[in-house]
Amino acid sequence: MINLHWLYVLAGVVFASFALGSLRDGTNPKRLGNVAFWSLLTISFWFGDFLGDIGNGLLVLVLVAIAGSHLIGRGSRESTSVEQRESFSRRYGNKLFLPALVIPFTAFVGTLLFSYTPLKATGLIDPKAVTLVLLGCGVIIAFVISYAWLRPPAFSAIDEGSRLSNSIGWAMVLPQMLASLGVIFAAAGVGTTIGALVSAIIPEGSILLAVLLYAFGMVLFTMIMGNAFAAFPVMAAAIGIPILIHADGGNPAVVGAVGMLAGFCGTLMTPMAANFNIVPAALLELRNQYGVIKAQVPTALAMLLANIVILYVAGFRL
Amino acid sequence: MIDYWPLAGIALVIIGFALRFNPLLVVAVAGIVTGLLGQMPFLKVLGTLGHGFNENRYVSIIYIVLPVIGLLERYGLQQRARSLIANMRGATTGRLLVVYLGFRQITAALGLVSVAGHAQTVRPLVAPMAVAAAEKQHGKLDDDTAEYVKAMSAATDNVGVFFGEDIFLAIASILLIQGSLASFGIHLTPFQLSVWAIPSAICAFAIHGTRLLLLDRRLGRGK
Repeated sequence: MINLHWLYVLAGVVFASFALGSLRDGTNPKRLGNVAFWSLLTISFWFGDFLGDIGNGLLVLVLVAIAGSHLIGRGSRESTSVEQRESFSRRYGNKLFLPALVIPFTAFVGTLLFSYTPLKATGLIDPKAVTLVLLGCGVIIAFVISYAWLRPPAFSAIDEGSRLSNSIGWAMVLPQMLASLGVIFAAAGVGTTIGALVSAIIPEGSILLAVLLYAFGMVLFTMIMGNAFAAFPVMAAAIGIPILIHADGGNPAVVGAVGMLAGFCGTLMTPMAANFNIVPAALLELRNQYGVIKAQVPTALAMLLANIVILYVAGFRL
Repeated sequence: MIDYWPLAGIALVIIGFALRFNPLLVVAVAGIVTGLLGQMPFLKVLGTLGHGFNENRYVSIIYIVLPVIGLLERYGLQQRARSLIANMRGATTGRLLVVYLGFRQITAALGLVSVAGHAQTVRPLVAPMAVAAAEKQHGKLDDDTAEYVKAMSAATDNVGVFFGEDIFLAIASILLIQGSLASFGIHLTPFQLSVWAIPSAICAFAIHGTRLLLLDRRLGRGK
């Protein structure tokens, strides 16, 4: 069965190519730092399951040391100039979109084909990883098409991939680091403490105030943890279930579903949700690393209000 | 008596981010301090850090698209995306992003969250198209406006996914809600929960869509 581990092998190959591409970039004065950084991630993808928890912990500390002491840099190597790209773009026309669209198309159609036909029963792909596995297939197909059609110099994909990865830099592993911070927070009892704090300030007898406390609690705790998944069990146990559902008689489906969505408003407003908010700012080469968050805040606040209204009306008035 | 010590790590994260230290460093230090204050031995903290990192590698799988995207950019993919929009009559930044918002919400509601995203679609296609549409309407953009249009492209991707995915029955967050409630003896089906993601999804389309169309008016004024 094709599962996540196959993808980790593929990801290891790609991260190794980032290391090689960084090594080839003579314009980056800190290139050895980049090579070390991407090589460690390659090791993590290929051998992470054999290193043991302490071994992985040491690997993380070295990654942090490299990034924290600014040993990673960016080169100034230009692959093709803007003028060359304009002329390529005119020469190849809209067909240039095809390899790029092969990736989402393979993931989309492949997932539908696999999940809703007898293919699923063959057990060829792990059902939990179908879309990601097919995304990986799409990447390989797009890669082959691009090389066969455009006939680029042999090392182009390696150089171009490392150009993009080095423009994201350390931010690429921040989401993984934050996920492990969440695990430590949970193990050290941060959730229990916050739950106890919230329980201590629950207003008596006002459904609206309890709804507000629940929604704002989800938002704040989500902003701290970087995702609503860590916040939900804590807030559900502190207010959602004992107060909103049991004491006030709220509709459990609404309290559960809309409570989670209130948390998502917090995800839109926090740098801790790095893969949604910080990595895109790096990918789009924004000057302000909080630019994406700033663009999201008005939508997030309006959605929070909408979710509070839905929670109150559908949960208690319908 | 509430034990407040574990919260010290949160304070460290906030201070570290505010002082703009390297976020990886901030997160690692906060994790280790929180663990030690929570009475965990150092090796246990280190092991937890490593375990969490290893278990969450799937978050970083998406970067396998970078070599292909980079290769296509070398041959003018972003330029192509711009000229496609420049030649399309009636295309504006707002309308383009509203269509993308709807596409993201609908595909996410079908469980197809990773078919698009910041690396696969926003950087190579959506953001250059949004900028091109803005330039068509407004003329050359100043840096702040160009940055805002790009940031709104990424924001639209996030809003679409967040307020679409919970309509899908088998998404992790719905299963988490179901599991959390079940541990308190409240048994619901995923369907009962995901139905209640629909009102928020509609609000998200209306609210964010309105902001996108207002962006068009703002861009149009500058001409």
